[in-house]
Amino acid sequence: MPDATDILNALVLMTNFVFVPALAYGSQLALGALGVTLVFGILRFANFAHGDLMAFGTTMVILITWGLQAQGITAGPVPTALIALVPAILVTAVAAILIDRSVFGFYRKRRAAPVVLVIASVGVMFMLSAIVRFIMGTDDRRFTDGERFIIRAREFREMTGLDEGLAIQTTQALTVIVAIVTVTALFIFLRRSRTGKAMRAYSDNEDLALLSGINPDRVVLITWIIAAALATIAGALYGLDKSFKPFTYFQLLLPIFAAAILGGIGQPIGAVVGGYIVAFSEVMMTYAYKRFVTYLVPENWAPEGLLQFLGTDYKFAVSFIILVVVLLIRPTGIFRGAVIK
Amino acid sequence: MYLTGQGMTGGYGGADIIKDCTIGVDKGEIAVIVGPNGAGKSTAMKAMLGMLTIRKGHVRLGDKDITALTPQARVGEGIAFVPQTSNVFTGMSVEENLEMGAYLRRDDIRQTMAQVYDLFPILKEKRRQNAGELSGGQRQQVAVGRALMTRPSVLMLDEPTAGVSPIVMGELFDRIIEVRDTGLAVLMVEQNARQALEIADRGYVLVGGVNWREGTGEELLADPEVRKSFLGG
Amino acid sequence: MTDTTVDTAEQAASADTDKPVHAIVERKASPWRAPLAFAAMGLALIATGVFQSPAVALTILNMSLVSAIMAMGLNLQWGYAGLFNAGVMGFTALGGATAVVISHPPVMEALGAGGRGLALSFLIVVAIIATVTFIASATRGRFRSFLIFVTVVAGYIALRPVFGAAVGAVEAVDPARTGFIGGLGLPITLSWVAGGVVAAGVAWIIGKVALGLRTDYLAIATLGISEIVVSVLKNEDWLVRGVKNVTGLPRPVPYEIELQQQPWFADLVERVHAGQLAAITDAAAREDALRQFIVEGSGHFVKIAYAGLFTVVLLILLALCVRALNSPWGRMMRAIRDNEEAAAAMGKDVTRRHLQVFILGSAIIGIAGAMMTTLDGQFTPGTYNPLRFTFLIWVMVIVGGSGNNLGAVLGGFVIWFTWVQAEPAGAFIIEQITRDMDPSTPLYQHLQDIAAPFRLFVMGFVLLLFLRFSPKGILPEKVRHS
Repeated sequence: MPDATDILNALVLMTNFVFVPALAYGSQLALGALGVTLVFGILRFANFAHGDLMAFGTTMVILITWGLQAQGITAGPVPTALIALVPAILVTAVAAILIDRSVFGFYRKRRAAPVVLVIASVGVMFMLSAIVRFIMGTDDRRFTDGERFIIRAREFREMTGLDEGLAIQTTQALTVIVAIVTVTALFIFLRRSRTGKAMRAYSDNEDLALLSGINPDRVVLITWIIAAALATIAGALYGLDKSFKPFTYFQLLLPIFAAAILGGIGQPIGAVVGGYIVAFSEVMMTYAYKRFVTYLVPENWAPEGLLQFLGTDYKFAVSFIILVVVLLIRPTGIFRGAVIK
Repeated sequence: MYLTGQGMTGGYGGADIIKDCTIGVDKGEIAVIVGPNGAGKSTAMKAMLGMLTIRKGHVRLGDKDITALTPQARVGEGIAFVPQTSNVFTGMSVEENLEMGAYLRRDDIRQTMAQVYDLFPILKEKRRQNAGELSGGQRQQVAVGRALMTRPSVLMLDEPTAGVSPIVMGELFDRIIEVRDTGLAVLMVEQNARQALEIADRGYVLVGGVNWREGTGEELLADPEVRKSFLGG
Repeated sequence: MTDTTVDTAEQAASADTDKPVHAIVERKASPWRAPLAFAAMGLALIATGVFQSPAVALTILNMSLVSAIMAMGLNLQWGYAGLFNAGVMGFTALGGATAVVISHPPVMEALGAGGRGLALSFLIVVAIIATVTFIASATRGRFRSFLIFVTVVAGYIALRPVFGAAVGAVEAVDPARTGFIGGLGLPITLSWVAGGVVAAGVAWIIGKVALGLRTDYLAIATLGISEIVVSVLKNEDWLVRGVKNVTGLPRPVPYEIELQQQPWFADLVERVHAGQLAAITDAAAREDALRQFIVEGSGHFVKIAYAGLFTVVLLILLALCVRALNSPWGRMMRAIRDNEEAAAAMGKDVTRRHLQVFILGSAIIGIAGAMMTTLDGQFTPGTYNPLRFTFLIWVMVIVGGSGNNLGAVLGGFVIWFTWVQAEPAGAFIIEQITRDMDPSTPLYQHLQDIAAPFRLFVMGFVLLLFLRFSPKGILPEKVRHS
């Protein structure tokens, strides 16, 4: 039988390598999926440009961060990027509205089939990804500063006397806090405010919303502002946590769509739940459980293999399998979202 | 009359569905449009709401010509409309449905909401429940309630009793009479011609998109030709 | 209601006109439109040959031919049937991997080390699938889910060590040069057919799972599958060496070095360049010039040989596609596309037809993928990315004219040409901007790097422009009034 220390060690190990990273990643996916699901709910198309909108927002955050740092302004222990978030959201929102005016609005007015809007979003995706690369190049960039850790592994070990360390990075804690604040604010907005309710009404039944005097142009405008804000926040948090690389942001589309569809597309609460489920599945499926099991079983039972379900390179497969299973078993998702038509 | 569609001719882009059709309703009265399937009943009503453009004719509200206004603008002028299907926000609570009905209003809506709850007591009980979870008859009440929230002068109903049981239909008609008695003009299209004409102050029978008979509800119910054609003898 | 044609308003308007049922009517577009468009494209290629170099022009031509075939495959799915396949990249990569498996000589040592283990793993997988199929047909309800779950988990536990050991053994064999099982050592042209078959097989599986879905879901699902296909090819080193790449694949055409030693080839080059050679009076200089011409000519000859092979494949596939489109099958496809519900109500098996066309289109893309790897002479899974291999093909179809085979071919040429030339064009623009700048400033250095993404910008812009102002593409679909 493992003794108490072994169990504690195993738990710390899991917290350090599975729980904390998955929680941070899940928060990023949740914010991304919220953006996709809102655009789908109001504008009724799957926006393939959302990943690149996230990259664009992050680019703005990075530029403003550099500007602030050059002025000698930092945010002390937390990354300067946090200050840069607000102006970056404004710029990204303006960009999103301009894109809507010049591209999507045209097809919306003509009541074109949703798939035409999807193709248009592919065009937008190309152009946004080019603009991001014009500004940032294609390399990996890190733009975090301030205190790196809240708890360091070594400090934790010394503090507790355990063999396993627990490290929590500032960016991880920040990601979770910012995500909670953002999601709460969004839900209060959607549930309580007049405009938020109008958005829900428009998403629920467009014709009836029009008959109730809800101004569709205003709803669309606010939707893009919120989508841009969510994209910028999600992108910046992901970049702070990992690093900024334009192509990675495009690849985030798959887990984000998986999260949105799993939760029920068009359902904000579903996007959040979906984001965490996808993140936890991805991390748990690709984690090697060898050390974890070694702590819990008698010494001579210790496993030889890595005890890893899937190689880390196959994390996309996890999102995809979730996607397929949801589509086959319950296409409306957990929270009964729309079935895409 | 308060709201009139005079000599309306038009359709949905193709051939004309209504031809030189005239419909009107005054405040404090119920006008009912009946007729066989495909007679253009709903189309005539939608023309008055502005959901299709008419090639000829005029729509007047009070002493104002509203022919050129969009449906949204007509809602702002005091016309409320209850569509036949998808007439509630299914994912929102009953109370939120009513709030959305009053979206254009900037004043205190609590009094109007209380009036709607007086009219439909069951809605007050279920006000926190999602409209999508209610029974068919209750949904129709939400739909009518939502429309009343704008404090309209005209209420238009497109087949409000489609798909509800006879008991619910009777109850709904009672409520509509109550609404009329508050001084509103009520215009509705009905498939259940006999029951509708029984409560109608004014009736229109459309056939093939043109006015065929017109009169008070009683007159039409007594008209042998109307009886033979629509009321089963 | 899925209206897949790009502009709905015009479609609706044209549907109102009274035309005889099923009459195929040419739109107002001039009959010269297609020949003129192709002639313009040819001129652009010739201009490239004259102003840049013949080698560049021929390289563009070859990839244009491959792209045209890919676009034709996608057009079959999107233009005929309205299926949003966002996984073109996956089928292309499958075709490429097949080229390796068919043409690379087998690595006997690796097969000796891990062949048994791999064979056993294969048997286990087959056994799992067979058991699951049996359970699925013989049991019901929760019990069935439970049994399937147990089977998969047990199978996985049985498979993991066997497979792991086999892979380890294979990858340990001379990892710097092989470390994979190799292929069958057959002629590489055979892989063009095989690539199509493999892609069709995978498309069948995907289609079974995903084709019941609505448009956007299908797009997301196929996008995901293509990512998985590529990550498998990148990471399963034992199969096609992963990101270590397989280079030096055998060719269906002669090698330059061999050509240069052939007397008949020297003879041919001498005859072609007779005029230029005659102008050189000095014998030694003439000899040098001739050698130079032979070296250059051998490169061109190889490219032209590829172009010839590819053209044959393109023409065969084009003929088949055109026939299919005008057959009752093609008419039914389009009827389903234009009004799925009505077609289903008339007793058409929509899902079955969709599966057929999805498989066919994917097979064509697989063929093109194998051809591309043949042309490159190497398979490099790390270079597959969805912008280049999926969405670029989409731009080809939309710009060329979805629903029109010639349009897809033309789109393949035009867009590939634009894609290749956009980079030097971007570099040229940057050069003009930075001409008066100090080369030591960071801005100058930064600007030098942005020529490459310029082509992404151009592609997005071209796509949006066409979608808005010419949604039917350069060569519109022939509209069937009914």
